[in-house]
Amino acid sequence: MNADPFMPLFVLLSSLVPSLVIFGLSDRQAGLRRWLYLGAEVVKLLLVVVMAERAAAGAVYEFSVPLLPGAELVLRAGPLALLFLVLSAGLWLLTTIYANGYMAGTPHQSRFYGFFGLCVTATAGVAMAGNLLTFFFFYELLTLVTYPLVVHTQSEAALRAGRTYLRYAIAGGTALLAGVIWLYVLAGAVPFTEGGALAAAGLGEQRAALTAIFVLLILGLGVKSALVPLHGWLPAAMVAPAPVSALLHAVAVVKAGAFGVLRVVYEVFGVSLAQELGVLGPLAVAAAITILYGSWMALQQDELKKRLAYSTVSQLAYITLGVSIAGAEATAGGIVHLVHHGVMKITLFFCAGVIAKTLGLTRISELDGVARRLPATMVAFSVAALGMMGLPPLAGFVTKWYLGLGAAENGELWPLAVLVLSTVLNAAYFLPIIYRAWFKAPPGPFTEKLPPSRFETRWVLLLPPLVTASLTVLVGLLATTELGALQWVSVIAERELPYAPEDIIP
Amino acid sequence: MTPVDASLWPFDLIIWPIVLPLIGATLSFVLPRLAVPLGVSTAFVTLLSVAALLLEVWAVGAESYALGGWAAPLGIALYADGLSVVMLLMAGAVGALISVYAAGYFKLGALDIAIFWPLWLFLWAALNAIFLSNDIFNLYVGLELMGISAVGLVVVAGGRTAVVAGTRYLLVSLIGSLAYLLGVALLYGAFGTLDLDTLAASITPVPAAWAAVALITVGMALKTALFPLHFWLPPTHASAPAPVSALLSGLVAKASFYLLLRLWFSVFPAALTPAVVHLIGLLGAFGILWGSALALRQSRLKLLIAYSTVAQIGYLFVLFPLAGPNGWGSEAWSGGVIQAFSHAFAKAAMFLSAGTLAYAVGDDGIESLGGVTKHLPLSVVAFGLAGVSLIGLPPSGGFTAKWLLLLAAFGTGQWWHALAILVGSLLAAGYVFRVVQVALSGGQGRAARLTPRRLEVASLTLALIALLLGFASAPLLQLLSIGVPA
Repeated sequence: MNADPFMPLFVLLSSLVPSLVIFGLSDRQAGLRRWLYLGAEVVKLLLVVVMAERAAAGAVYEFSVPLLPGAELVLRAGPLALLFLVLSAGLWLLTTIYANGYMAGTPHQSRFYGFFGLCVTATAGVAMAGNLLTFFFFYELLTLVTYPLVVHTQSEAALRAGRTYLRYAIAGGTALLAGVIWLYVLAGAVPFTEGGALAAAGLGEQRAALTAIFVLLILGLGVKSALVPLHGWLPAAMVAPAPVSALLHAVAVVKAGAFGVLRVVYEVFGVSLAQELGVLGPLAVAAAITILYGSWMALQQDELKKRLAYSTVSQLAYITLGVSIAGAEATAGGIVHLVHHGVMKITLFFCAGVIAKTLGLTRISELDGVARRLPATMVAFSVAALGMMGLPPLAGFVTKWYLGLGAAENGELWPLAVLVLSTVLNAAYFLPIIYRAWFKAPPGPFTEKLPPSRFETRWVLLLPPLVTASLTVLVGLLATTELGALQWVSVIAERELPYAPEDIIP
Repeated sequence: MTPVDASLWPFDLIIWPIVLPLIGATLSFVLPRLAVPLGVSTAFVTLLSVAALLLEVWAVGAESYALGGWAAPLGIALYADGLSVVMLLMAGAVGALISVYAAGYFKLGALDIAIFWPLWLFLWAALNAIFLSNDIFNLYVGLELMGISAVGLVVVAGGRTAVVAGTRYLLVSLIGSLAYLLGVALLYGAFGTLDLDTLAASITPVPAAWAAVALITVGMALKTALFPLHFWLPPTHASAPAPVSALLSGLVAKASFYLLLRLWFSVFPAALTPAVVHLIGLLGAFGILWGSALALRQSRLKLLIAYSTVAQIGYLFVLFPLAGPNGWGSEAWSGGVIQAFSHAFAKAAMFLSAGTLAYAVGDDGIESLGGVTKHLPLSVVAFGLAGVSLIGLPPSGGFTAKWLLLLAAFGTGQWWHALAILVGSLLAAGYVFRVVQVALSGGQGRAARLTPRRLEVASLTLALIALLLGFASAPLLQLLSIGVPA
């Protein structure tokens, strides 16, 4: 079906242009800035929703311009890209509402919102990239525009975290570039293709080179998706303001890495070629180690945001695990976790931000009885945490169910053991927080950091986590209906992957 | 090379990029009071003449011109192909923006020196003459004129360090030109012609040709500061006033490189052996690593930037083995030219923003920059964005250059060059962000002197061009392909 080729470009411009304009506004023009920004977000959300609806009916949006000889900048919005786009556009809107409350009264807000918007722009580019060059282009852009957000407070700790982030990200980007160029020399621009672009290229005798390229690409992508041992930057980046952590963990940076792994395995190499090269087994092992190590490290942390960060390390590897265990169910479990983890983790970070901003508490050991003061916040937190553990019918359950099903179908039992062990660890690091907050008595009166308001905190801080917590319930409950992410994944499976939708939702 | 007679304009355009700056130089020398307005307006008029020539070459192809109407073997031949106009455009755009900056910079403090303008405009005329000459002796004249005015610019600020650096620069410049002149004499003696086209057709691998190639190559490598002949560059570039440093690193270094590029690919191929080609490439690769590593260790901002120039020049020489002796117009060749082009913008932006910062905080120690973002955010942004191009991240021109060079390295199986290029990027990230980090840190920062906004805008414009050059890669490459032999 013919679709407007400029739509993908408009999606980029809808966040790029307002962000650039905002750099020019001073903090005195906060009102104008707010409305410009929110307007841009609503436009972007509408654009991607309209595109998703038409894509469901079979439309494919493609826009391309020549960038280098033989290599075009291709933006292509198929179902997989739109899954990521809808997620990022929706959560961007919620995060901005939240940021309006969180950042109020702090300096350099224009810079903050400007780079925040650029970060979302780069994410949209990563989502829509139609070949490896374009993917690399936006992936590196993402590194650059996230750096100012990580060091936003310009404190000693923030600068240190920024340095760590850059070291990892630029080294990773270099490995990725080497892989991309080597592959370009072997096989040309490598458009992302259903079933794998290389499967048809007849590179049978290049096994060693292809394996090396796969390793380089995964090294590069593994940094952003925090695959152990390339994860070191993620816990350090926790010094960023809460809205940044929320977006970084839910959609932008880490998901860009996981999304790249998905593209490389399914649409560059293709499952059959990757299996033939024998690279998926080691990738699955790396993912399993990351799942367990991340959970284990989360358990050791007393700082709430750090615990959440290690939890991200662990949860992201579910996506990689799903990708590397071939088969329709495991794949569905991996892809759907992009969305499920997004809504759950953003809720948790929103809540952590509310607690820090309202009561000045950042450590888990200080959270005794905090639910008495912030009941609604802690309801949202608890829902998301239980979802992370995989309690049915919440979002995380759907993921784990499909991952387990996929592993069992393949006759591999060790991933099941990893899933069970990780669920136990998830419970071990989330339940104590819930227990403390709800069942322990507060050690004394809380120190209020914000002026009293009608609700338990500023409504702009409270609304976003409540919305995302509700989504955690809804995407789980409605998983197999038209509105669920899983349903959309079956569309992806049909359109972009070598699977039939019936294999996912019978 | 297929010169075309047709012309887009009713008069000969090819001489104006040389004549206009010469006129401007003379006028600003005679009328020192009006030097600034004369200099700046000459800069923009020259840029216009370059744009007009570019359009003509774009529309009708490469063109040659015989000065005074005498044909090639007797007269002086000018020649403009894609490569020439790309280099002219580089000098024109970077030169115009540096002029805008200089007009503000030399009004600050005790730096009110009108002599900057005639020197700079003579330098510009020499650069353009080099980019347009089709005759090895005229190239020598261009080189000498360029060398002398560049030395003048280095000592323009006065002071002992400037004179020491200037003297060293003068010696290097003279040795380089002398080696070149000897090479020219050998070639003329052996083949009896100075014209590039005739020479290319008649050159044979005889000892005189080898000696000439060696002399010219060593001379130009010295003037371009190829590792290990780079020793003179950091102190010279770091001691000059900011606009001069920007001119030297951004433009002057490119002229001798351009010369080598043209001679090696269009005149010398018959006289080159693979060993020489690989040697010069290896020196380039070492230069990348050595320059970057030393840039990381500097405590003065301008020295850091100057060592970065040594590293970035290394990339230029890597193109020789990647392209092979007959690689005119190949991926590696285009990658090298784009590297020269985008480095001019990025490095000029860096030196100019460093000049603004150093003036504002009073010295150019990197540690003194703590908190300077508060006072001069645009200069820090300009430095950072220029750095993005030096690192070679998209969408910068540096990215296009590295992409093309890496493609060639992987494509020809010369993985060690790929490794040097990639490691160079990492090290560049190291020294660029080291400065950015300091600028972002440190509370309130020192009380900064007020600087005119024009300085910040000029350096930011250069940095933005370098950053967005990647989007213009396709037309730029198409322009470069004009005049490439089929």
